[in-house]
Amino acid sequence: MVRPRASLAVVRPSWRTRRAWLFLLPTLLVVAAVAGWPLARTLSFAFTDAQLDQLDAAGWVGLRNFAYLLGDPDWWGAVRNTVVFTLCSVFLELTIGLGIALLLNARFHGRAVLRAVVLVPWAIPTVVSAQIWAWMFHDFYGVFNDLLLSLGLIDTPVAWLADPATSMAAVIVTDVWKTTPFITLLLLAGLQTIPRELYQAAKIDGAGPFMAFFRITLPLLKPAIGIALVFRTLDALRIFDLIYVMTSNSRATATISVYARQQLIDFQEVGFGSAASFLVFVIVGLFSVLCVAGLRVGREDVR
Amino acid sequence: MTRLRPATVLLYVLGALVLVYTLFPFYWAVVSSLKPGASLFRIDYWPSGLDFENYRAVFATQPFGRNMLNSVIVAASTVAASLGLSVFAAYALGRIQFRGRSVLLYTILGTSMFPQVAVLSGLFELISALGLYNNWFGLTFAYMIFTLPFTVWVLTTFMRALPREIEDAALIDGAGPLVLVCRILLPLLAPALVTTGLLAFIAAWNEFLFALTFTLTNQARTVPVAIALISGTSQYELPWGQIMAASVIVTVPLIVLALVFQRRIVSGLTAGALSD
Amino acid sequence: MWLASGAVGLATLLVAMAPARPVTIALACAAVGIEYELCRTGAETWASESGNRVELVQSPSLANNRLGLFQQLLAAGSGDIDVFQIDIIWPGTLGRHFVDLRPYLGDDAAARHFPATIENNTVDGELKAMPWFNDAGLLYYRKDLLEKFGHAVPATWQALATTARAVLAAERAAGHARMVGFVFQGKAYEGLTCNALEWLASSGGGTILDRNGRITLNNPRAIAALERAASWIGTIAPKGVLNYAEEEARAVFQAGDAVFMRNWPYAWALVNGVDSPVQGRVGVASLPTGGPGERGMGALGGGALAVSKYSAHPAIAADLVRYLTSPEEQIRRAIAGAFNPTIPSAYRDPALLAAQPFMARLYETLTNTVARPARLAGPRYNQLSSIVWNAVHDTLSGKGDAAANLAAAERRLQRLSRDGQW
Repeated sequence: MVRPRASLAVVRPSWRTRRAWLFLLPTLLVVAAVAGWPLARTLSFAFTDAQLDQLDAAGWVGLRNFAYLLGDPDWWGAVRNTVVFTLCSVFLELTIGLGIALLLNARFHGRAVLRAVVLVPWAIPTVVSAQIWAWMFHDFYGVFNDLLLSLGLIDTPVAWLADPATSMAAVIVTDVWKTTPFITLLLLAGLQTIPRELYQAAKIDGAGPFMAFFRITLPLLKPAIGIALVFRTLDALRIFDLIYVMTSNSRATATISVYARQQLIDFQEVGFGSAASFLVFVIVGLFSVLCVAGLRVGREDVR
Repeated sequence: MTRLRPATVLLYVLGALVLVYTLFPFYWAVVSSLKPGASLFRIDYWPSGLDFENYRAVFATQPFGRNMLNSVIVAASTVAASLGLSVFAAYALGRIQFRGRSVLLYTILGTSMFPQVAVLSGLFELISALGLYNNWFGLTFAYMIFTLPFTVWVLTTFMRALPREIEDAALIDGAGPLVLVCRILLPLLAPALVTTGLLAFIAAWNEFLFALTFTLTNQARTVPVAIALISGTSQYELPWGQIMAASVIVTVPLIVLALVFQRRIVSGLTAGALSD
Repeated sequence: MWLASGAVGLATLLVAMAPARPVTIALACAAVGIEYELCRTGAETWASESGNRVELVQSPSLANNRLGLFQQLLAAGSGDIDVFQIDIIWPGTLGRHFVDLRPYLGDDAAARHFPATIENNTVDGELKAMPWFNDAGLLYYRKDLLEKFGHAVPATWQALATTARAVLAAERAAGHARMVGFVFQGKAYEGLTCNALEWLASSGGGTILDRNGRITLNNPRAIAALERAASWIGTIAPKGVLNYAEEEARAVFQAGDAVFMRNWPYAWALVNGVDSPVQGRVGVASLPTGGPGERGMGALGGGALAVSKYSAHPAIAADLVRYLTSPEEQIRRAIAGAFNPTIPSAYRDPALLAAQPFMARLYETLTNTVARPARLAGPRYNQLSSIVWNAVHDTLSGKGDAAANLAAAERRLQRLSRDGQW
């Protein structure tokens, strides 16, 4: 069994490489077109003092935008918010998502319906779900305060989104609700690829369900978890619309994307905003490299 | 099913919990959409009556049917194009070892690391220059910036998980690369394709900022922008009931879609693996 | 890029070849309910009278989204939209992309309007936009409650706080646990700058910048005005007001849970709607003053129409603007949609006064407004405003005191403006 595989790989390496590039070409062309030009534009603006309505009159300012950015306490506040938001929301999403995926992988009546239903939060446009939750968090007419008051857990209404102490938590809860289905579905697909025979064999060997989970499910689910983690982290680090709709530009929750957007659109500082966007890109890139390296996704060699 | 074991009871209890957790905000939206005007400012846990006025208004005040059609077409073509491109890319990245493979994988991933607002003006220039402004193609093209890295990565991971022997056997049988990918690997990837496709579809369906910037007329707009345009009698008024009604309307097709495809998510791989 | 310029060239050529055909003007006006209806009917009347066509482009109601969209279109030199409806604070930001309307409309057209509004829309001597309607901050109050407990409509902010506290205590004692005294726009956004400007201007605290652009934000009276506002939070105003925009404030007031509300005129029709719990029990007045010798002033808001420099038919587009901003059309809009005209003489129109009696009563208030320093700050206005609303929001939520926050904001404004040069 081993020999023909080796011969295939060794005898025609250049043929295989050429085929790989051929298969990749369309994707690379699209990526270059859709991302290459815009990214190049942004990068070139990051070193200028361009204004949104006078892009051509931009002058070269070197690293001044970056220097100003690193000295701006609002930027660092935004970085802190982003990191807190990402760590909390991705951790909660992964935990809840894995739990739901395991549940949906079990056999019971109504599983099909539940599988479709868990997608609902992901299916509602973000702009809208942010408003639904903002309404539920409303201090007067929100359902949360009403429930908590009638249960006697609080005695005065909490201004969830207005109070800097609770607004970040409220935004995180909303994001967790909204994006858990994404993780659930990816992990469910991963769970489907684990052969049932493995569990049967483990059962015969006398392993309990917890043992089976840590010895079989978790290791085999690692690629799916890795993918889910990478894409959720990338999204969470760039979070914008949810926060913008729920708390506007409030500094208690403003993330680096909110900051960058404010500079680019509201303030028309294309040069400065591009520099901020570029730093967002660097931060997101660093995080994802750490994430990928930690899980070794995408590094496993072809078996 | 003659007697309920504790484990089964636990499953149903957990299922019910998940159901409440997932659906409560949606339920809240439905209840709100059935309320007329000012009764929104009361907290009722049950709909007091069935007032479908908000639903009628959604379709009466704008071409909402047309907006839904736009969304369906843009999201479907985005998914088709992304999956079509990435199946081949994933085969190359997942099953062929060649120099520069990881660099390419990361370059593609890097595309989705830029904040959306940062690529907005560059993409706008590009789309106007290509004559894709204010139509389906422009949006489909722009959406690839976030769907393509995702589909390529997920499919690459799944490609890698497929047993090597299947490919070798096909190559020994003299199957060409196209036949190999389309006839042999594709069926095996069905669950991954459905899952990724569904997630990408919804991402494209929900996208707001690009849709707002790259379309101009009501006829060309997609649902999220149309919902954002729903408004009351003046600049500040937020017609909550109508917005909720529109959200309920756009969520239903996706639930149907998920119901239709969920069987494939379940059965796809096991069936494929067994037939070999 | 050559593709784009090619397309523009081709379009120009096509237009030049067919001069006799009716022209289509794309008009971006508000997308919303009655405002949209009025815009549509007005534009269609013009179209049938002039033999041209109008295509309406709806734009999102979230003001910031609309500004971003317009900037994108204009920065790309796109001629897709000929006439823009802009906010009163945008002429300085977008003015560069609009034609000077004076040569097209003549000096008389502008002379009919409130001078302050025309001045607001004039950038570097060019009339960048024609005023279409005005908005001003107003004080809404619960007529029934003030009568029941024997209070007058408050003339000063101090009286407002005292009255609110008294009514609030009585109502709560009577079992209305949710009752609050005063709601306004306290979220960290443009609306808070408007509210703060009103507190300052009515208390001798200046208007952020003086007429020459010098920064006057940090002064003892402004500090006192801000401290007074901060003392409302948690006493007469709910803590949640720090995340309220217009609609959240109206929700509380309209449900009957607040004694006073600061809002724009739009709320009048809604709080008096047939399904409103407080229908017929609401009064409206000028905003209170800081003390004797001061005047209560509402922040000036509103809309204007501008013609894009990239329009293929600027003269025809300007004619549409002339029609839509004319006295007849503004009176029609005032009667049908309660949009306040920008023309003083319109307020003497009998038909308008019969339909909207409150406009006559509020003529003084609606004309005695304080403008945000948008024209002075030009393209930097949004930055100025965000510095102001952040300082105010911090003060209201107890992060630092008014003196420290205003001093910090003043330093940031100085840096932003290069010491008041703008």
